[in-house]
Amino acid sequence: MSKRILNIVTCAYRATLEEQDDPILWLTHSMRAAKAPVDVLLLSNAVCYLVRDQDASGLTLGGWSQSHPPRLVDDAAALADGGASVFYNAADARTRGIDPADVVDAAIPIETEALPELLSRYDLILNW
Amino acid sequence: MTTGKTFTFALMDPPFETARSTTALRLIDATLRRGHHVNVFAYEGAVYLPFALQQAHANAAHGRSAEEEDHPLPRRWIADLMAAAAAAGVKLDWVNCGLCVDERGARESIEGVRRGGPPDFVSFIEASDNTLVVPTRD
Amino acid sequence: MLIASRDPFTAKDTESFYALAAKLAARGHPVTLFLVQNGVLPARGGAAAELLTGLAESGVRVLAEDFSLRERGIGADRLARGVESAPLERVVDALAGGARTLWT
Repeated sequence: MSKRILNIVTCAYRATLEEQDDPILWLTHSMRAAKAPVDVLLLSNAVCYLVRDQDASGLTLGGWSQSHPPRLVDDAAALADGGASVFYNAADARTRGIDPADVVDAAIPIETEALPELLSRYDLILNW
Repeated sequence: MTTGKTFTFALMDPPFETARSTTALRLIDATLRRGHHVNVFAYEGAVYLPFALQQAHANAAHGRSAEEEDHPLPRRWIADLMAAAAAAGVKLDWVNCGLCVDERGARESIEGVRRGGPPDFVSFIEASDNTLVVPTRD
Repeated sequence: MLIASRDPFTAKDTESFYALAAKLAARGHPVTLFLVQNGVLPARGGAAAELLTGLAESGVRVLAEDFSLRERGIGADRLARGVESAPLERVVDALAGGARTLWT
């Protein structure tokens, strides 16, 4: 039986313009494509990835224009559509002024007190 | 048309690790577009920004070929900025700190990048109207 | 000009940087705090937004880079009171104007 894995993402927007992805959301997608049952927990600034209406289009440098800007909300939602559970710390969202109505429907809010129980559901926790 | 002003930027971060390197290059682009000359002192990991061996790749997670993905490569950005500067009659003078290059094995840079050191940074500062350090952070 | 590329939620010294801006303004220096990258996050709202509003009320000009705001889904109608959206070119203007410019 495969190990149940939880990928925890804390950093946000670290090099997402250059990589055109969040490296850990991308890795999660790739791990799931390799049949690993991986879920995601977004903490700290990474909760911002779930806010609708983010638009990183239009980046230009010299004569170069970005053809595939990162679409982090879509990537997080796609993980959920593909069967992953995408959790986020509700307190971290509130601290950052993020209203629950701003967050994509597929994401699951978790209060801080509930984090230990959530972590206990997984065989392996990868804290990126 | 050039304003005749010169600005120096000192960079420290390598490519693909922080948002600062992208913002710094955007700032350099904006400075050149304003008609100013630009000096860059690339220090520490920033010597990898113009590394000639950076290579684009496909993105299987999004189903894109290497060509479709058009993955950003800072070496291409910098080459583009150099070309744009030349076309506009302004100067982009990029110096990689030589000791930083040596310890990292980052010797293969794109054309137009020159090897230097702290004395070049001092010369840049003295010849510039203003200088900005884009520092690295934990 | 003080350029804040990090946010107070994760970088402890960001508030010290804000305090520096306030102290400079209190001594009569014209000061701009320019928020870029995750530095714009507190402009969305919440307790940290009050830090920015407080700075604006104490005479610091608080600007948030427009691309960074859009990248993070922070609309102009959601900016903390006293924070203005501005293009990255404002940094070039500050340098050209001879401003001492610090980035953290």
